[in-house]
Order: sequence, then structure tokens, then C-alpha cells
Amino acid sequence: MDINDIIKPENLVYTKPRLMNDNAMHYCPGCSHGVIHKLIAEVIDEMGMEEKTIGVAPVGCAVFAYNYLDIDWEEAAHGRAPALATAIKRLNPDRMVFTYQGDGDLAAIGTAETIHAANRGENIVIVFVNNGIYGMTGGQMAPTTLVGMATATCPYGRNVELNGHPLKISNLLAQLEGTCLVTRQSVQSVAAVRKTKKMLRKAFENSMAGKGTSVVEVVSACASGWKMTPSKANKWMEENMFPFYPLGDLKNID
Amino acid sequence: MAEEVKLMKGNEAIAYAAIRYGVDGYFGYPITPQSEIMETLMVEKPWETTGMVVLQAESEIAAINMVYGGAGTGKCVMTSSSSPGISLKLEGISYLAGAELPCLIVNVMRGGPGLGTIQPSQADYFQTVKGGGHGDYRLIALAPASVQEMADFVGLGLDLSFKYNTPAMILADGIIGQMMEKVVLPEQRPRKTEEEILRDSPWAARGKTKGRKSNVITSLELDAAVMEANNLRFQATYKRIEENEVRYQEIECADAEYLLVAFGSSARICQKAVEMARAEGIKLGLLRPITLWPFPTKVIAAYADQVKGMLSVELNAGQMVEDVRLAVNGKVKVEHFGRLGGIVYTPDEILAALKEKLF
Repeated sequence: MDINDIIKPENLVYTKPRLMNDNAMHYCPGCSHGVIHKLIAEVIDEMGMEEKTIGVAPVGCAVFAYNYLDIDWEEAAHGRAPALATAIKRLNPDRMVFTYQGDGDLAAIGTAETIHAANRGENIVIVFVNNGIYGMTGGQMAPTTLVGMATATCPYGRNVELNGHPLKISNLLAQLEGTCLVTRQSVQSVAAVRKTKKMLRKAFENSMAGKGTSVVEVVSACASGWKMTPSKANKWMEENMFPFYPLGDLKNID
Repeated sequence: MAEEVKLMKGNEAIAYAAIRYGVDGYFGYPITPQSEIMETLMVEKPWETTGMVVLQAESEIAAINMVYGGAGTGKCVMTSSSSPGISLKLEGISYLAGAELPCLIVNVMRGGPGLGTIQPSQADYFQTVKGGGHGDYRLIALAPASVQEMADFVGLGLDLSFKYNTPAMILADGIIGQMMEKVVLPEQRPRKTEEEILRDSPWAARGKTKGRKSNVITSLELDAAVMEANNLRFQATYKRIEENEVRYQEIECADAEYLLVAFGSSARICQKAVEMARAEGIKLGLLRPITLWPFPTKVIAAYADQVKGMLSVELNAGQMVEDVRLAVNGKVKVEHFGRLGGIVYTPDEILAALKEKLF
């Protein structure tokens, strides 16, 4: 059988999401961002919300998210994405609004905006990519860096006396009256990817149903920042990140 | 709602004018001496009438970023604060300028530096017209000298901002914010419809409709050649603003031998000083810049051929005087008179300073 006999629409089992464009990604091999982008693109398309969706890009590795997802975007100053999203959604209640933020953006410089947007119960989705490191600036300590984990600014490992404790900000957000869904997921396996997509879909549906703020944390690997091969980074994540950041729903109100 | 005359504070005038001019959203954080703006909006509940969103943010930083978010969707949005709060907003203002977003920012100035005082001051002139935030940007700056102008400049500021897709600021001070005067409020202007937003702001991020590229609101560009082109585009806009939007008021200037240059509340006090000088036979005039940027450089330069000297009267240690001197370019003597830290001069003090420094 010739290969061209097989390449037919009816045999298609997998394709690039329609809302992902053809720009070459700047993400490193083994990075979780590409998978998370793909899931968001699929969810928006499957919900038929392409023309109603406004994304808010962060400062961090995902600063160029707008180059990959073919939707309308606003690029926020570092940490301010939830403030932008608040106004976008309040001024345009029929739009579907989400922020896409890393751990430094969301849990360090943007802590106030994150907590207050969630506490007001803004009808937005916050996608929180937690890889425990500042990737874009070259691998410095993040608020979520594990104790003992070495980075460029804690080269001998995170020391609690010097650097304080890693921040479980999703646990904090789950305490707030304004959140309806706070879940911690990952994308290192097919099963995990499917679960994360399901939770993203729920989060976006919550935002359009006016249920409050939904937070989807994705515990992620940063092979470059962690200075590991992609497969080792995933293994390291399972062995070290998951025990401190256990996966599952912290809050899920129907 | 037809035109009607009301007695109110300058801060209240800002709030009522915001509703009347069809503002879509106000985002603020309390700070003296301008808290009446948000308080008045919350009492008026415009979300029940025009549909205007009013939100108390968690900080000035969040408020200006809410303005950025709203402006990026093509909405007509504003914020207000006072000096220390404006310092916090400067990052956001730079981003707004860099993303070419229209919006209105109100600064009801108080004395600084630091936490300073809650008394009036004009010490944020440099901050407003010389950049303030990072990067090569300019801010359209309107200086109201009456409660009526507080109301009028909400409309003017928004119109200029949308005309040039760049932020505009009302630079008032604690006197104008707190004093009460008669005001004629404008007739209700309807908020823009979805169709009008799409027509006027086709660049806005409102959800990618079929047949167009995605709209991205950003000030980021890593390609230096493109970034330079962006900067040149900003500068071309600023040049058009400088050529077309200079506003000023001349009082008793036609035969003036001496000129006071003052803005905002200082101009009101100077107006009295001019009356007193004229009663003494001194031919004194007042030039009041209404736009602090673009600055009325040409008209001031022209007066350098007519008068014997100029006194820049400001509630600061001498800021606008630098721009007056640049305009005059050494032709006549230009001096500064100011009071600092919340102290306000009397007309007598101004007249005495004129005689001491220029006669």
C-alpha cells in the first residue's frame, strides 16, 4: 500500500489544533508550555468561543503565547494579568477571559493582583504554570522553588532561613470565597494531559456561567532551567514536585 | 439629561463628567485629596444608568493595569489618584503609551516628595511632562484652573486620547480638587456601542472575528529595528500633537510689559495679582498654559519680544520655569516664584516677588 492511500481525511486521528498557528515555538525541548497551549487552543475551539475569547499573556517564558495561539490577546506587565483580566471581563461580560501565568508572575510580583482578583470572584480563568523556576531570565529562584533545589540565585539550594518556604499559592487561593475551582494538574503523561484538558474545559465553562474564579495550576517541568534532559526532568518532577505540590482538586464547586 | 448648573467640588465634577461623557469604566484606589471622585461615582451608581463599571482596585498599580486591560478592548476607561499613587501608576502609564492605548488619568497633586503632605502642590510637573515612567513617551497633560474645567477636561482629555491613541492626564491639584464652584455639566453622551468600538478601534482585542489576524495589545518587540520603527511612529504622533493641540489662555497680555506664567490653581491666584498690579499701574499680564504638554512654547517665545521679564509662578521649587526659559531662550529674564510642601501663596506675595526679582 502506498503512503498516499493512507493519508486521507477519513483516516485522520490527530491534528494540530485549529487555533494554533504555524510559528516556530521558542520553548525548549521538554517544556510543558507547548502542551498547555495546545489544550487551551482545543478547549476554546471545542467550545466555539474563538470570536469571544481574550487571553492575557504574562511576563515570563509564556510572554510570547500570543505568537502561538491564534486568538486576541493583551500582553500584561509582569504580574498584572489578573488586573487586566478583571477589567476586560467586567467591561465585556460576554467575552471569555483567561490569564496564562508562570510562578514568578503569579505568586511573586503578582501576588496581590492574583489574590484580589480571585477574592472578588472575577469570572475569569487563571492558568498557572508552576515549574519552580524563572525560565525566561535564565533559571533564578521562584516563589515555588523547592527547598534544597538549586537555581542561579540559590546556587547552593533553596535555604529556608535565607529564602523562606516555597509558596503553595493554590492552597491559599482555594480558601477564598471567590474561587469556584482550584485544581493542580500536570501534563507529563497522556493520562495527565487528558485530565488537565478536562479541568481547563470546566474552568472556562465556569467563567462563562458566572461561577467565579477558576484556577488551573499545571505543575510543569523546566528541563533547561533544572539542567536535566526532558525525560529526567519529568521523572524529577514526579519524584520531587508532586510530593510537595500534590495533584488533584483543591476546590471544585459544581 | 440637559445642561444644568450645579455647585460642586472639583473632584465631584470629575466624577459627574465621567458619567456624562460616557466613560465605560473607572478603576481607582483611595488617596487624599481626590477620594471624592470614586466616592461620588459609588453614590451615583452609574452601572444602573449608563452601564459604566466602577471598581475599587486593591492598589494604584492594579487600577492602572485595569485601565490598560479595558483600554485594550477599545473601551473608554479612566483612573484617578494623587501624587504618591501616580508614582505607582507610572509603570502602567509607560505600558499604555507603549501599547498606544487611549485612556484618561487624573492626578490631583499633593505635596511631596515621599508621602509628603495632603495639602496642594504642583510638584509633579516634571513627572508629568518629562516622561515619569520609562522610555521615550509623552503624556497629553491638561491643567484645569476651575471646577468647570475639571468637568470639561474629562471630555477633552478622552477625545484627545482617542484621537491620537495615547494616554492623557488631567493634572490638577488639591485646591482645584477640593474647592467648590458652579459647574455646567455636559449633556449625557451615550457610551460607545459594540459597532462603534469595532469601527473606531479596529486594533482592539475583543475576540478574533473571522477574516482578520489576531489583535495583540503589547508594548513588547524584541526586534530592535521594529522597535525603533515603533518609537518613530510614537514620535510622529507626538509631533502631530505638538503641532495641533497646544492650548493656553492669555489674560491682560496685549499691552503687558511683564508676564506671569502659571497653570492650574496658581493661575487663579495670579489673575488676582494681575488685577492688583494693574491698579498700581504696572502693565502685568498672565499666560496660562492649559496644555502642559504640548507646552505653549511658541506663544511664550513671541512674548519674549514684547515684555521685560517673566515670572513663572508654581507651587513647587521651579519646574515649569525650565520650559519657559527654553522657550524664551535667553531673550528676557525669566524667574521663578514658588511655595512648597502645601503652602499656597497670596496675590500680594506674587506681586512682591515680581518686583523683587524682575524690577
